[in-house]
Amino acid sequence: MSKSKKKLSKKDFHPNILCFCCNWCSYAGADLAGVSRFQYPPTIRIVRVMCSGRVDPAFILEAFKDGIDGVIVTGCHIGDCHYLKGNEFARDRFERFQEVLKIFNLDKRFRLEWVSASEGKRFAEVITEFTNKIKKLGPLFAT
Amino acid sequence: MEKIGAVLVIGGGIAGIQSSIDLADSGYKIYLAESTTSIGGVMSQLDKTFPTNDCAICILAPKLVETGRHENIDILINSSIEKIEGEPGNFKVDLIQRTLRLDQNKCTGCGLCAQQCPIEAIDFFNEKLSNKAAISVKFPQAVPLVFSIDKDKCIGCGICKGICKAKAIDYELQNKEINLNVGAVVLAIGFDEYDPTPLKQFGYGKYLNVITSIEFERILSASGPHSGLIIRPSDGIIPKKIAFLNCIGSRDRKQGNNYCSSVCCMYTTKEAVIAKEHMNIIDPTIFTMDIRAYGKDFDKYIERAKDEYGIRYIRRRISSIKEIPDSKNLKVYYETGKGKIIEEIFNLVVLSVGMQPNQKAKELAQKLNIQLNEYGFCKTDTFTPVETSRPGIYVCGAFATPKDIPETVIEASAAAGCVNVLLSEARNKLVTKKELPEELDVSDQPPRIGVFICHCGINIGGVVDVPNVVEYVKTLPDVVYAEHNLYTCSADTQTNIKEKIEKNQLNRVIVASCTPRTHEALFQATIREVGLNKYLFEMVNIRDQCSWVHMHEPEKATAKSKDLLRMSVAKASQLIPLQEQEIAVIDKGLIIGGGVSGMSAALNLASQGYDVYLIEKEDSLGGIARNLYRTLENDNIQEYLKNLIKNIENNQLIQVFKNAQINSISGYIGNFSTNVSYGNNNKSADLDHGIIVVATGAKEYQPKEYNFGQDPRIITQTQFEKDLFTTDKVKGLKSIVMVQCVGSRNEDHPYCSRICCSEAIKNALKAKEINPNIEIVILYRDIRTYGFKEKYYNLARDKKVIFVRFDETKPPELKIKNKQVKIIVNNPDLGKIEINPDLIVLSTGLVAPIKENEELAKMLKVPLNEDKFFLEAHVKLRPIDFATDGIYLCGSAHSPKDLRESIAQSNGAAAQAVKILSAEKLVTSGLVAVVIEENCIGCGSCVEVCQFNAIELIEKERTFEDFSMRTMKSHINPALCKGCGTCGAQCPNSTIIIKHFGFEQINAMISALLVQS
Ligand code: FES
Repeated sequence: MSKSKKKLSKKDFHPNILCFCCNWCSYAGADLAGVSRFQYPPTIRIVRVMCSGRVDPAFILEAFKDGIDGVIVTGCHIGDCHYLKGNEFARDRFERFQEVLKIFNLDKRFRLEWVSASEGKRFAEVITEFTNKIKKLGPLFAT
Repeated sequence: MEKIGAVLVIGGGIAGIQSSIDLADSGYKIYLAESTTSIGGVMSQLDKTFPTNDCAICILAPKLVETGRHENIDILINSSIEKIEGEPGNFKVDLIQRTLRLDQNKCTGCGLCAQQCPIEAIDFFNEKLSNKAAISVKFPQAVPLVFSIDKDKCIGCGICKGICKAKAIDYELQNKEINLNVGAVVLAIGFDEYDPTPLKQFGYGKYLNVITSIEFERILSASGPHSGLIIRPSDGIIPKKIAFLNCIGSRDRKQGNNYCSSVCCMYTTKEAVIAKEHMNIIDPTIFTMDIRAYGKDFDKYIERAKDEYGIRYIRRRISSIKEIPDSKNLKVYYETGKGKIIEEIFNLVVLSVGMQPNQKAKELAQKLNIQLNEYGFCKTDTFTPVETSRPGIYVCGAFATPKDIPETVIEASAAAGCVNVLLSEARNKLVTKKELPEELDVSDQPPRIGVFICHCGINIGGVVDVPNVVEYVKTLPDVVYAEHNLYTCSADTQTNIKEKIEKNQLNRVIVASCTPRTHEALFQATIREVGLNKYLFEMVNIRDQCSWVHMHEPEKATAKSKDLLRMSVAKASQLIPLQEQEIAVIDKGLIIGGGVSGMSAALNLASQGYDVYLIEKEDSLGGIARNLYRTLENDNIQEYLKNLIKNIENNQLIQVFKNAQINSISGYIGNFSTNVSYGNNNKSADLDHGIIVVATGAKEYQPKEYNFGQDPRIITQTQFEKDLFTTDKVKGLKSIVMVQCVGSRNEDHPYCSRICCSEAIKNALKAKEINPNIEIVILYRDIRTYGFKEKYYNLARDKKVIFVRFDETKPPELKIKNKQVKIIVNNPDLGKIEINPDLIVLSTGLVAPIKENEELAKMLKVPLNEDKFFLEAHVKLRPIDFATDGIYLCGSAHSPKDLRESIAQSNGAAAQAVKILSAEKLVTSGLVAVVIEENCIGCGSCVEVCQFNAIELIEKERTFEDFSMRTMKSHINPALCKGCGTCGAQCPNSTIIIKHFGFEQINAMISALLVQS
C-alpha cells in the first residue's frame, strides 16, 4: 500500500481531516448531528478518545507528517469535562503547541473546539466551517 | 407469610421491559408475561421518536436484547393471566401460554419455514398494510426470536414441518398452564389505538386514502410495508399534500373519549417532519385545536417543525371529509373563526388516533380484582401514582394514563421502586448468576479480525453501499471474515456473531453500525459469551457519521465508511485484552433537595434499610409544595406534605441537613464523599455514600411583566391560590382575568412549564365554587390539560369560565387608567377585546435556579440543558440517570412537573439507586492508565493533572550490577483511575499507557486514514 501524496488543484480538492472527539460531549454532539440529520461535508474521520485531555500533540504531528490536511480536536465545553479538567489541560497544551505549529506554518490547519452533547447543529457547523478553511488553504503537500 | 423474591410483570412493551430490567438488576427473579409472540410493544412499531428523532428500534433493540439475555428474566410469550390468589409479598398466579404450534426451545429463528410457506397471512405488526407467511416472526428484531403459526390461516400442508432442521414444528402442541409464585405483580399492558371506524364523517375504512397515524408510522418505517417509501394506498403515488387531523377519538365528548391522549400533538408533528425529511416534495398540514407541546424541549421541536420544515398548523377541528371519486383525493372541510366554511384538497389524510384502554383491561381487572377509573384505565391516586387499588399489584405506563415513552420509562422504574420497598427482605433469594466461559488467552495469537457491517434497515444501507464496503474490508490486513446484516443488533445476529467467532477463530471483532455510546456494551457482552475479552472489540459509527450526515452524497458516504473501517481494522490489530477490578460499595444514599421529590426518594431508600442523607438548602422541608393547597383533582396537598415530613423526621435512617450547603463532592459510583455545611451555626460534615439523587426542583418565575409587584390587583397564581384557600377575598370580586404563559414559551424561557394551565383551571374552579357569580376569563396560547386533566378544562367551560386565545406575537396588554386596570387581548378570530377586571392573575412558569444548578452541575460533573435544567443521559430511554454512573435525577430539577409525576420519578430514581446500593461489589472498567516504570523519570506531571487522586509518586529502589539507587516512580491506582488519558498526553516521556487508547492504537488509526483503497 502506498500513501497518497498526489497533488490536487484547489478546485477539486477534497480535504482529509482528522477529528478527535471526546466520548462524553463532542462524540455525542456528532451523534446528535447524525440523529438530527444535520448535513456537513464528508471530510472528517473521527477518532474517539475518552477525553480531549488524551490527545497528545504527537498525534497531530503524526497526522501532518502523513499528509493529513487538517486536524480538529473537540471536547466538552470548559467546565463540562466528564473528567473535570481534561479539556483545560488540553487547552493549555495546545496553546503551547500552536507556537510549534506556527514554525512549520501549520497553525491554521489545526483547531481546538468545544462541542456539547446537545450541540448537534454546532458540530455540523464547526466541521463545515473548518472544511471551508482547509479548502482555502489547499492541500497540505501543495503548500 | 414468607415474602417471595420473584415478580410477575404483565406486558412486554417498553414499560414492562424497563420494570423487568430494573428489578432483575436489583436481585429479583422476573417473569415477563407478554400476550403476543415478542416483547417490544408499540415502541417497536414506531419509526422515530420525538423530540430527538431517535430511531425507535435503534434505541429499543439493545433493551430487547438485554431483556432477552438477562439471566434473571424469563420471558413468557403468548401468555395471559388466568387467576391470582394470595397477598402482597406472596401471590399464586396461574397463566395460560397459548401454543405457537412449534417448540420455542427448539426453534432457532432461521426463517426457512417462512420462505417456503405457501399461505399468506395478514401482517399485524405492519398494521395490516402487508402480508406475510402463515408461519412467521412478529418483526425482524423480535425477542425471543421464535416463529409461530397463524392457526386460522394454516392449512396444515406440512411443508414447514418437513423443512425445519431443528424439528421444532409440532401442530399438535397444546396450550400450557404455568403456575407461578411471586411476591408482587406489575401491570404494564399499555393501550390500544383508538379505532376511528365509528366516526363516519372521516370515512376511515371507506376512503382508501384516509389512514391512521400508526399505519402512517409503519409506512414511514424503513422496515415497513414499502421500505420507507411514502406512497398512498389507493394508487401507490407519493402524496404531495398530507393532512394530519389531531384529536381523533380524543377530547371528543360527543363521539370519542373525553380525555386528551397526551402524545398525539407531538407524534403528529414528528410524522410530518419525518415525511418531509423522507421526501421534500411532501407538504404536511396539521389540523389541531391546541398544540400540546408540554414536555421537556417539546416547544423547541414544534418551532423547528414550523420554521425549518415549513409544517403548516391550522387551528381547526375538521368537521368532515369527502372523497373525490376519480382521483381518490380528499376534500377536507373546516370552518374559519368567522363562520366561513373552507374546503381544501389533500392527497392523503392521516387520522391522529388517540390512546384508549387496552381491550383486555376489563377482563384483567376482574381477574386481578383491581379497580379501573371512569375512562377504563387503571385507577391510581396522585400521591401513589403506580399503585393499583389492590396492594402488591402495581401499574405503570399507558395503562395508568396516556403518556409518552420517557414518562412510561419513569413510571416503570417507579413501579420497580415500589416493588423494592415491598420485597426488599426477599432480595437475592431466587436469582442466579450468569455463568461465563473462562476467558480465552489470545495474547500470543496473530490478530484474526471479524467485521460485521449493519444495514440498520435502510438507515445505513439506503445511503452507504454496504455490500461494497464488506468486499473492501475483506481485502484489509488481518481481516479473516466480513459480512453484512440487516440489523447487527438483533438477537439472532448475536447468535450469528458468536458462531462466526468460533467457526473462524476470530480474536478481534468490529461492528460497523451506529454509536458505541448505546451499542458497544451489547456487542462486548456477546463476544464475552464465547470467551473473548470484551476489550477485543471495536465499533465504527457509519450511521451517525456517514449515512445520516451525508444523505445526499452516497458515494462519499460509502468511501468514508471504508476509510473509517480501515482505521478501525488498524486499531483492532493493536488491541490487547484488559482486566477489570472489583470495588466495594458504601450502601448509603445522598439526596439533594428536600422537596416532595427528594423526600419520596429518601423514604423509598430508607424503607429498604439504607441510610440516607437528605440535604435541604432552606430551613424547612417541603419545597415548592408548601405553597400549594390542592391538586387539580382536589387532593389535599398540605395534609400529604405534613405526613410526608413527619415520616421523614421520624425515620431513624434518614438524617436531614437543613440550611445546608454542599461545598464539595468527590469520588465515584459506590464511593462518593461530600462535604456539607449546615444549620444556623454552620456546622460541617463529611458524608460518605454510594449514590446521589438530584432532586433540587425548580422555582416560580418572578414576573417582570404586567406591572407585577407595583399594583396589589396584579398577582401570581400562587398568591391567588393562597388567597383562595386561606381567605375569603374572592367573595368580594366580580371579575378576574388570568394571563397564561407569563415568562414561559418566550425568548428567555423557550419552554412550556407544563403545570400552569392546570393551576389556572384549578384556581378558576375553586373561585367559581366560592363565588359562582364571578366572571373569569383565561387568556391563553394553548390549553395544555393533557391526559385526564382535560376533564377539568371541560368542567371549567361548563361552569362558564371564558377562554380567549391570543397569539404569541400579540400578548395581552395592560393599561391602567383612572386607577382602573384594563386588559386588552387580541384574539385571532374576534379581534380586540377589552376587559376591566378587579384582579389580574399571572400564570407564571417554573424556572431553573440557574446559579445553584450551575454550581451543583459543576461539582457533580453532569450537564444542564439550554434552559439550565439538568440533562439526563438519554431523553427517551434514560430519563432518570445521568451519563455519570451513580447519580440520578428526579422531579422538577429534570423539567417542570406536577406532584404525581415528581413522586413517580423519585421512586424511579430510588429504583436506579438501589441497583447500586444492593450490589455487594461493583466491577470497574479495564480502561485505565498504567505507568511503564522503567522509563518513568518521576517528574510528577501526571500527578498534577490527575483529578481523581489516582496517581502518586512512590520511592523505588533500582539495583544495578554493582550499585543501587533510589528514584521516584509514578504509580496509578486502577480503582481510582477513570481512564481519561490526560496523564498519558501530559507525560513528557510518553511512558504512560492509556489502555485501549494507546499510542499504538491511535497512531495506527492515523496512519490508516490516508491509505488509499
Ligand atoms: S470528557 Fe469531554 S473533554 Fe474531557
